[in-house]
Amino acid sequence: MSILIDETSRVLIQGFTGDKGTFHAKEMIAYGTKVVGGVTPGKGGATHLGLPVFNTVKEAIKQTGATHSITFVAPAFCADAIMEAADAGIKLVCSITDGIPAQDMMRVKRYLLRYQRDHRTLLVGPNCAGIISPGKAMLGIMPGHIYKRGAVGIVSRSGTLGYEAAAQMKDLGIGITTSVGIGGDPINGSSFLDHLVLFERDPETKAVMMIGEIGGPQEAEAAAWIKSHMTKPVVGYVAGLTAPKGRRMGHAGAIISASGDSAAEKSEIMKSYGLTVAPSPSELGSTIAKVLAH
Amino acid sequence: MDIHEYQAKEILANFGVATPHGAVAYSPEQAVYCATELGGWHWAVKAQIHSGGRGKAGGVKLCKTYNEVRAAAAELLGKTLVTNQTGPEGKVVQRVYIEVAEPFEREIYLGFVLDRKVERVRIIASRFGGMEIEEIAKEHPEEILQVVVEPAVGLQPFEARELAFGLGLTLKQVSRAVTSILGCYRAFRDLDATMVEINPLVVTKDDRVLALDAKMSFDDNALFRRHTVADMRDHSQEDPREVQAAEHNLNYVGLDGNIGCIVNGAGLAMATMDTIKYAGGSPANFLDVGGGASPERVAAAFRLVLSDRNVRAILVNVFAGINRCDWVAEGVVKACRELNVDVPLVVRLSGTNVEAGREIIAKSGLPIISADTLADAAKAAVEAARSAPQRDARTA
Repeated sequence: MSILIDETSRVLIQGFTGDKGTFHAKEMIAYGTKVVGGVTPGKGGATHLGLPVFNTVKEAIKQTGATHSITFVAPAFCADAIMEAADAGIKLVCSITDGIPAQDMMRVKRYLLRYQRDHRTLLVGPNCAGIISPGKAMLGIMPGHIYKRGAVGIVSRSGTLGYEAAAQMKDLGIGITTSVGIGGDPINGSSFLDHLVLFERDPETKAVMMIGEIGGPQEAEAAAWIKSHMTKPVVGYVAGLTAPKGRRMGHAGAIISASGDSAAEKSEIMKSYGLTVAPSPSELGSTIAKVLAH
Repeated sequence: MDIHEYQAKEILANFGVATPHGAVAYSPEQAVYCATELGGWHWAVKAQIHSGGRGKAGGVKLCKTYNEVRAAAAELLGKTLVTNQTGPEGKVVQRVYIEVAEPFEREIYLGFVLDRKVERVRIIASRFGGMEIEEIAKEHPEEILQVVVEPAVGLQPFEARELAFGLGLTLKQVSRAVTSILGCYRAFRDLDATMVEINPLVVTKDDRVLALDAKMSFDDNALFRRHTVADMRDHSQEDPREVQAAEHNLNYVGLDGNIGCIVNGAGLAMATMDTIKYAGGSPANFLDVGGGASPERVAAAFRLVLSDRNVRAILVNVFAGINRCDWVAEGVVKACRELNVDVPLVVRLSGTNVEAGREIIAKSGLPIISADTLADAAKAAVEAARSAPQRDARTA
């Protein structure tokens, strides 16, 4: 099994006809993802890449039975696109878009709470590389060929550092159930914790790699949960040991502005909750190999 | 994005927050003219830099005569002010704010932040104004009042009232404080701020409630729709290399090490810096060239990194996803041919089309050190930086 997506997921592309939407739709289809259509307001009725285009998400769901969506919508309009998908009943929205205003995300998160827990949309991202269940489906912008199918779950803030982890594992013959990028924004749809809960429940996942970075309380919150609830081993790493205080390191959310935000502090917290922390980013693969061998 | 105190006060005044009368000056003469126009008997001459802790660093001068105003402005303008928040390099004062100084009876702390933990706007207030909030939290934790705002409806008057009464204000003061609290919140919401801090908010003898200082930070991601805020940007307060980087859509943060880094992706860039440190070296910068690392962007990245004279070696680490390694390799080779890369260069490529990329590097005939893994690349860069001579000496 895998979490979040598999070969049965019916995927809708929001911002389908734009350059990025088109490029990545092709990649996802080539990987085997069941893309059923797209939404571009004003272009409803057209056909793009041999698939139907709709004006609204509601209409798209009615016609295609879409369950998942991915947004390639410009930052100014992306919060709107996410809320539209949530209101239409999409189960999982993955938002790749980088640059959504933080207060828009605050309102999106509040909006998602309108729905009962069982009907609530799970948002992954924004500002992330997406989700991949190797060999099954890809809902993102990652290079699919670096992922080998196997038994380790990856949840990472950063896209490229997640690639690095997957490639190191592949070199050692270690495969992945699902890799999730939660994104580098200060307010994101789902946290490490949300996905750890799913990995813990997934029978195929034997261990999890959690890759954090400076800024925000989510790594510590996840580590505390791991200590009290998780039966599977978790390897942690926090990027940004050399990052100075108060400077934003690329990602909108990667900034040390409060106590507990630094990589050293987060690594210590992880260790105190019993996680194995990879000593350096070049040892992500070897550390998980050691943990699996136990 | 940060703005100056006088700009924050101008914004907040438009949202109904009462502030002392003041005006900005760029020269001592203008400062005196401001003081005469503002009237009053005492003036504060305040250095305008993007940093807190100005008072303690000598950036605020209380003046009783026009001559004192002139002298204070002359002293502050052009001076590099080092506060507990600027770092050792300090910030240059290019504007001063002249404000009518009034006696006050009480100092209150009032802050608004976008709190990541609760993903909402949190308001913090305390009767111990004039101290930094970290200090108040340590010394008087029981004297901190907080409100977390429900984003669906925004801050309600009763919540502002609870804060004002909680601060122990009199009736007349409460209604004025409520106006200020609601005004700050509206400014925060309407202009996509990430932080508003009034420290102190003072209460005068005649029960007026004034924002004596004001700090505002804004969400860079929202500047596209906040033109009035974006226009307030003062590049002189920012690292010139970071300004130059932003022009090329690069993310650069200067540090004090000697290994220049060029990486794609923020997380991998931080991880590359970590690996350098782990290998015993010290990174000179954070640099994320982003997803589409075109040859032009790679060249711009090289130019930026080379402009730091402390750099003794460069490490390029690209994990190509959407990018292709051959494309990145071409960019690197082109940059090397066009620019005077006078330091050892280590390149590590991984991901899509990696063989083609490595071949381009190998065939270029350039003295580029190729590495296969992150660990090898970091080790090679650290060794190269150690044996390379100091650049200033060599170019002199």
